[in-house]
Amino acid sequence: MADDKKFAGFICTGCGIGERLDAGQLETTAKRDGKMAICHQHEMLCSKEGVQLIRDTIDNDGATHVMIAACSRRAKVEAFSFPDVAMSRANLREGVIWARPDTDEARETTQDMADDYIRMACAEVKYMNKPKMSGEQALNKTILVVGGGVTGMTAALETAAAGFAVHLVEKTGALGGWAAKWHKRIPGRAAADGVANGTNVDLPMPMENDIADMVAAVEANELITVHLNSTVTKTSGAPGRFSADITTESGATATENFGAIVQASGWKEFDPSAIPSLGSSNADVVSNVELEALAKAAGDGPIKRPSDGKEVKSVVFVQNAGQASTAEGHLPYHSGIGDLIAIKQAMYFKAQNGKDCDTTILFDNLRTPGAAGEDFYRSGQQQMVIFSKGQVGDVTSSGNGATVNFRDLILDEDVALQADLVVLDLGMVPNSGPDPYAANESQEGMSDEEKTADNSARETAVTIDSILNLDYRQGTDLPQLKWGFTDSHFICFPYETRRTGIYAAGPVRRPMDIKQAQDDATGAAMKAIQAAINAGQGSAAHPRVGDLSYPSFRKEGCTQCKRCTVECPFGAINEDEKRYPQFNESRCRRCGTCMGACPVRVISFENYSIDTVGQQIKAVDMPDEFSEKPRILVMACENDAYPALDQAAMSGQEISPWARIVPVRCLGSVSLSWVTDAMNSGYDGIVMMGCQRGEDYQCHFVRGSTMAAERMAKVGDTLSTLNLEPERVVVHEVAITDIERAPRLIKEMEEVVEKVGMSPFKF
Amino acid sequence: MSDMNTAMIEKYRNSFLSEVEANVEEGEWVKMCMQCGVCAGSCPLGDAWEHTPQKIFMMIRAGKRDEVLQSDSMWMCTSCYNCIVRCPRELPITHIMHGLAHYAKRLGIVPQGQPTAKFAQLFWNNLMKKGRVNELKLGISLYFMNGFGEGVKTSLKMKDIGIGMVKTKRMNPMEMLGGHAVKDLSGFQKVIKKAQELEDARLAKHGG
Repeated sequence: MADDKKFAGFICTGCGIGERLDAGQLETTAKRDGKMAICHQHEMLCSKEGVQLIRDTIDNDGATHVMIAACSRRAKVEAFSFPDVAMSRANLREGVIWARPDTDEARETTQDMADDYIRMACAEVKYMNKPKMSGEQALNKTILVVGGGVTGMTAALETAAAGFAVHLVEKTGALGGWAAKWHKRIPGRAAADGVANGTNVDLPMPMENDIADMVAAVEANELITVHLNSTVTKTSGAPGRFSADITTESGATATENFGAIVQASGWKEFDPSAIPSLGSSNADVVSNVELEALAKAAGDGPIKRPSDGKEVKSVVFVQNAGQASTAEGHLPYHSGIGDLIAIKQAMYFKAQNGKDCDTTILFDNLRTPGAAGEDFYRSGQQQMVIFSKGQVGDVTSSGNGATVNFRDLILDEDVALQADLVVLDLGMVPNSGPDPYAANESQEGMSDEEKTADNSARETAVTIDSILNLDYRQGTDLPQLKWGFTDSHFICFPYETRRTGIYAAGPVRRPMDIKQAQDDATGAAMKAIQAAINAGQGSAAHPRVGDLSYPSFRKEGCTQCKRCTVECPFGAINEDEKRYPQFNESRCRRCGTCMGACPVRVISFENYSIDTVGQQIKAVDMPDEFSEKPRILVMACENDAYPALDQAAMSGQEISPWARIVPVRCLGSVSLSWVTDAMNSGYDGIVMMGCQRGEDYQCHFVRGSTMAAERMAKVGDTLSTLNLEPERVVVHEVAITDIERAPRLIKEMEEVVEKVGMSPFKF
Repeated sequence: MSDMNTAMIEKYRNSFLSEVEANVEEGEWVKMCMQCGVCAGSCPLGDAWEHTPQKIFMMIRAGKRDEVLQSDSMWMCTSCYNCIVRCPRELPITHIMHGLAHYAKRLGIVPQGQPTAKFAQLFWNNLMKKGRVNELKLGISLYFMNGFGEGVKTSLKMKDIGIGMVKTKRMNPMEMLGGHAVKDLSGFQKVIKKAQELEDARLAKHGG
C-alpha cells in the first residue's frame, strides 16, 4: 500500500444506530480490523456538522480514503458527496438495524452483522482509488442526425434550439420522409375538456399536413447543415470524439467530428406480395401508403379508384393485413397505428366522396393510441364510418372493384362485401442496418465448422445496407432486440441503444405515428446533448451517471482471449493493432461485465475491482463450523436487488442475520473467482441477485444478467471439485419491487444450509 | 303501412343505419356504439332475448333490416334502464329499443302474435276512449287476449281476488259500464290529435 494513502472512518450513531449497536465496539473494529487511522463517531453524520467533520478530516488531516458507516449507500448521497477522495459506505441502518428485530436474543447477531459491514467497507475502501477522468475526449457540441424524416428533422430542430450544431444526413434528395407524402395527419389532440358523449359534438378531425413548414424551418436554421443524397459511410470513435464520413451519391466524402449521434432511419412499408390472398395484384386493392397518394392527387375532390378512374362510392379497410401473424413472411408484430390511419383515411372519403360513400373498417382489435385516440375513433363513428369486427379470409376480384370475404365476429357469420376500393393496413418495417449479433444468436450451439460454414453463407447472402458503418469490433450497426427494432431498455432508458452516445428515435425503435415520433426525437436529442456533455466531462451515461471511473487492464497479464471484447454489451472494447483490448472510455457504461468476463482478472476500475469486492468477502469474520452461525454471501445488483433489500428493511421485513450483502454494479461483473474464494473461505451459501434476463430483460446493462447466468451455470463443476453441494450457490432474478421475495430468497438459502450442513471450509 | 315499408326500403337501399338514424327515436346514437357488450351483459332478461342490444346495433350497421325490425328483442325490454346507466358511450339504449319497436309497428312488420305488442295495442285503445286507463276493462281484455276459453278460465281463477278487491273498495265493478273519463276529454283528444299531426309531419319529412 502506498504511503500517501490515509484512511479515515466515520460512524454515525443517529437513526437509532447508537441505541441498537455498541458504537464503541464498532469503532474498535474499524480501527483494529479495518485499519482506519482516524475514526470518528457522530450522532448525525448527515447533518451540516457531521458533513463538516468529514470535510475537515479530509482537508486538515489529509484523509484520502473515507469509510462512512451510516445508512445505505443509496441514501443521503448528496450529503455524503466527496468527489476528491475514495469513499465506501457501510450500511448499518437499512442493512442491519432495520433488517433485524430489536430483541435481546437478536442483539449479538445484529452486532456481528454491523461489525462485519464495517470490516467490509474498510476492506473495500483500502483497494479503491479516487477515479479521475480519462482525458480521452473533449466537449464536442456538434450532433449527427441520420435521417431527414419527421423524426430526424425534429431531433435536428430540438438540438439546434439547445444551441448545439447539427449535421443532418438524408439518403434521398429531399427532406420530409414519408410524412411529407401524407394527405393529412392523425390529430394530435383529444377533444376539448368537457365535450360530452354525443352524436354531433366537436371531436378531432384529420389535421392539415404541416411537414413543409418543418422542412422550411430546418433549411432556414443556421445551426443545421443538411446533407441530401448522402449516407454515412464510416463512423468511428466514441462519444465526444465520433468521426463520421458523409458521402454523397457522386462519391464526394466529407469527414466531420461529432459529440453524439441520433439515428432516425425510419421505416419501410411491408411488402404485400407476401400476402397474395388479400388481392395485392388487383389494381383496386391498395395499401394505406398508396391511398395517401390517391387522396393527395384528388386534392379536395373525390378520390378515384386506380383501375378505371371511377369515383369511389364504397371502400373497405382491411386492418392488420399480414400483421401480428405467425405465418411465413408475415410481420410477427402489430404496427399499432394502423387503425388510426384507417379512421383518418375513411374520413377522407366522407369529406371528399360524400357522406353516402360507404366506408367500412374491418378490424380485429381496434387500437387508437395517442392523445386523440378514443376521441378520434368517436369522430369516425360520428361521420358514419362503419366499424365491423371481422376476420378477413381473402379478397377476391369481381371485375368491379374487389370483394372482401370475412367472418363477422360479432354476428358470427360469413360475409362477402363488395367495394369499389379495398385498402390494406400494411405494417411498418424498421430501417435498421444488419444486426451485429444475428450470427451469434443463430449460431448458438453450433460446432466450429458449422459456424465457419454459416459465416461464409452469410457473406454471400443478400446483405442489408448498413446505416452507420461503425468500425466497432462488434458490428457495423446498432444491436437489435427483435424483429429488426433497435434494442433499448424499454422502461427506463428507451432512447439509449447498446452503443453509447448513439440514440435511436422514431419508427426504427418501434412503430409510431408522427406525433409519437416527434416526442421520441425530442427525447433522443436531449439524450444526445447529455451524452456529448458527459463525454466532455469524462463521466458515464446512464445508469451510473457521473461515474468517472473506466476499465483499465494489466497488459502483461492479458492472454488476448477476447472475452471482454465479445461480452461487452455496448461494443465499447475494440482491439488494438497488437490484438490487445482497447477500451474506449466514453463508450463504456461502467457495468463491469468485462471484469466479470476476464478469466485472468486483469480488468479493473479505480473504484470497483476484483479486489474491492474480493477483499470484502475475505474481511467477513468467519465463525467456526460448530458455532451455529452460518455465513451467506449475497451479491446483489445495485440497480434492482439492492434497493429491493433496502426497501424490505424499511418496510420491516427481516433479513437473515447470517447474510452479508455486497452490492455489485451488475451481476455481469461478478467474477467466478469471488464465488470460488468465498466457498474456499468457508461461506455456507451464496445468493446472487440480478435482474430479469431474456427477451423482456430488465437488466440495466442489457446482457449482464444473461452473461452471469451463463457463467454461473458452470459453477456446479467447481463446487463438486471442492466436494460441496451445488445447491449452495444460486442465481435469482429479482425485481426492484420484490421487497418481500428478496429477503425470503436469503431465508431459503438459510434453510438449504440447515439441510446440507455447514461448510467444512471454515478455518 | 306496408306501402311505407316498401318506400323505406326503396329510399335507404344501401344504408339501414341511415334509415334508423332518420326514422327511429334516438336512432342517431346507433353509430356511436363501440360494441363493448356491457349492455348485453347488464340486461336482466338478456338470456330471454333473440338479440342483445349490442347485436341489434351491429345488425343495424350490417344492414340486416328485416332481422332487426322483426326481432322480438325490443318488445322484451322491461325498461329497467340498467343498460343506459352502464353504457360507457352513454347511448340511450332503452329509448332506442322502444324507438325500434315503434318504427316496426309503424311499418306494420311487428312479429305475429307478439304478446307485448298486443298488450300495448290494448292499452292504447283503452286509454284513447276516456283519456285514462280503465284498469278493470284493461285487465279483462288482457284475460281474453288469447281467446274466449282462456279468458273465462283466467277470470274464474282470479274471481276471489276480484271479489276481495270490490269488498275493500279497491275496484268499482260499475267501471265495466262505460267508466269515467278525464275531466277535459275533448282537450285530451285535441292533444293527441296535435301529437299525431306532428308525428305525421316528421314522417312526411323523412319521406315515409
